[in-house]
Amino acid sequence: MGAGPPAQRKAEGARDDARPLLSVRGLGVRFKTAQGIWQATRRIDFDVAPGERIGIVGESGCGKTITGLSILRLLPGNFAGLDGRILFDGTDLASCSARQMRAIRGKRIAMIFQEPMSALDPVFTVGHQIAETLRVHSDVSYEEARAKTLEMLRRVGIASPERRIDDYPHQLSGGMRQRVMIAASLICGPELLIADEPTTALDVTVQAQILELLRDISETSKTALMLITHDLGVVAETCTRMITMYAGEVIEDATVDEALVRPLHPYTSGLLRSLPHLSPRHGRLPSIPGRCRRLPRCRPAAASAPAARTQ
Amino acid sequence: MTVATSEPRRDAIVSVRDLQVRFQTSDRRATVKAVDGVNFDVRRGETFGIIGESGSGKTTIGRALVFLLKPSAGAILHDGIDPLALSRGQFQHHRRDYQIIFQDPNAALNPRMTILASVLEPLELARIGDRAARERQAREALERVGLPQEFGERYPHQLSGGQKQRVVIARALTLKPKLIVCDEVVAALDMSIRGDVLNLFADLQRDLGLTYVFITHDLAVVSHISERVAVMYLGQFVELGPTEEVAERPLHPYTIALLSAEPRPLPSSMRQESRIVLQGEVPSPIDPPSGCRFRTRCPHAQPLCAERVPEWRELEPDHWVACHFADRPNFSSHESAGEMP
Repeated sequence: MGAGPPAQRKAEGARDDARPLLSVRGLGVRFKTAQGIWQATRRIDFDVAPGERIGIVGESGCGKTITGLSILRLLPGNFAGLDGRILFDGTDLASCSARQMRAIRGKRIAMIFQEPMSALDPVFTVGHQIAETLRVHSDVSYEEARAKTLEMLRRVGIASPERRIDDYPHQLSGGMRQRVMIAASLICGPELLIADEPTTALDVTVQAQILELLRDISETSKTALMLITHDLGVVAETCTRMITMYAGEVIEDATVDEALVRPLHPYTSGLLRSLPHLSPRHGRLPSIPGRCRRLPRCRPAAASAPAARTQ
Repeated sequence: MTVATSEPRRDAIVSVRDLQVRFQTSDRRATVKAVDGVNFDVRRGETFGIIGESGSGKTTIGRALVFLLKPSAGAILHDGIDPLALSRGQFQHHRRDYQIIFQDPNAALNPRMTILASVLEPLELARIGDRAARERQAREALERVGLPQEFGERYPHQLSGGQKQRVVIARALTLKPKLIVCDEVVAALDMSIRGDVLNLFADLQRDLGLTYVFITHDLAVVSHISERVAVMYLGQFVELGPTEEVAERPLHPYTIALLSAEPRPLPSSMRQESRIVLQGEVPSPIDPPSGCRFRTRCPHAQPLCAERVPEWRELEPDHWVACHFADRPNFSSHESAGEMP
């Protein structure tokens, strides 16, 4: 294992004749750390077809969030460099200008995060924050923006939006805040929505509501969804294709059904087997060996690797 | 009254009778009924699971079980004794047997203390043995949770999340407790590490005869580890029974919805379509709905549900439920929860 080519399978969903909406080729991201340059991700290849829903799964630290952030070029300050190409509808996001990026970010590609409370500004009403995206990207009047915001709030399932539009984030529950974030991300009608652990902070019954909403919106408005999560169940419920990442690389790319029925890569099957099962078994859960076993080149770091596994 | 308020069972290590815990809101104008009339026994040697969503009161029950919170009404008996009736000294001695482990090991460990010092602290506070004996016991505890010797000299920041949780478990073990309340102990850990820590809990139970109260929002975790499970909603138990029964033949509509909401890593061919997505959100525990608390979100609610509080009754042997209509055929399990994989 190790240096060999990553196990890959051509997903049925990605037909060759249709031009992909997003095409990532050889993406790698580096960061500056106290120990020197750290290659967080490497050789990442995948496509997203228009309207397709793909899940990116893996544990914390595997690079799935970094991959999402690099598509929008929202990388943190210690960012040291990026290789490869990120083709979005013909534009290479890896090399386009900041101005071009700003025109795409929020308008054609939107992103939502795990913790809606930290993504929302506590001193502005939710209506103001949703309409802001719209006002930045298009020339609309105040009334128009407000009307569109109301419609969007209704669409994401917020009861009595006329009352909620002037609420501040602290007046809403966690589930409603995430609905507000979804409303803000969708108001410009993006072609791709990147959702990074959008339901991890929510209760399971609220999670079911939000996942249903995301699936529904993706189907009705043909928005492609890139769902980043550690939860294979969430991917199985929402997506048609699943990309598994491990230690900064894509190790499996298959339809959800294929990946769940016949996981190709031992890590994917390990991840599946390590899940506690809903039906009581009381057996032992198989554990997954640490990352350095798969990547011999990491061996010098083996002593500190366990600490690096959880951020 | 219902049968649940009867004498505690012989094998009960903890007996909870009509437990209520209330908090004042910060403006002192309203009362939050965090736990509102809960009855159950924890049997010696078992793992008793409590599941519920945020705000259901499960953590409050956990803290009350080890008397980090005083019940507002009702009783909690440890081995038949009411700890609140003990003298201060006796109480301090008594509570060594009833430990609690929390979700976030970072908050539980002092970053300026070495791992060994953290594990030693309970022994020092309890003044057990001499220095050498204490250190030997602490090192044994670390070894028991699968941490190598040299970890004793490290600091928390040098350990991973799973390793830190092991340290916290070791520390709870030093005083040889009878019961450990585990409050979301694996929630902060990665999937693959979660399995290892759950295995550790199972091993320790087998070797040391521990009793656990396992509090979690994660259905998969609770059904993996517990013999019996209670489902909480808005300060009350809605269902309690053997885990297998509750998971495969749930009686309460909330349990049914909860089970169907859990995303499962199944391919489409094994997926059933009858998923129930509950509408709305959990009402406020300051002013809970009249009658049955779940009625505002229940797909089967009837006028009776608003009028009368459902009785807590043993519908099947050892399987309790609080719902007026749980015994109606065509009501529950078969239409929704379906077969477990």
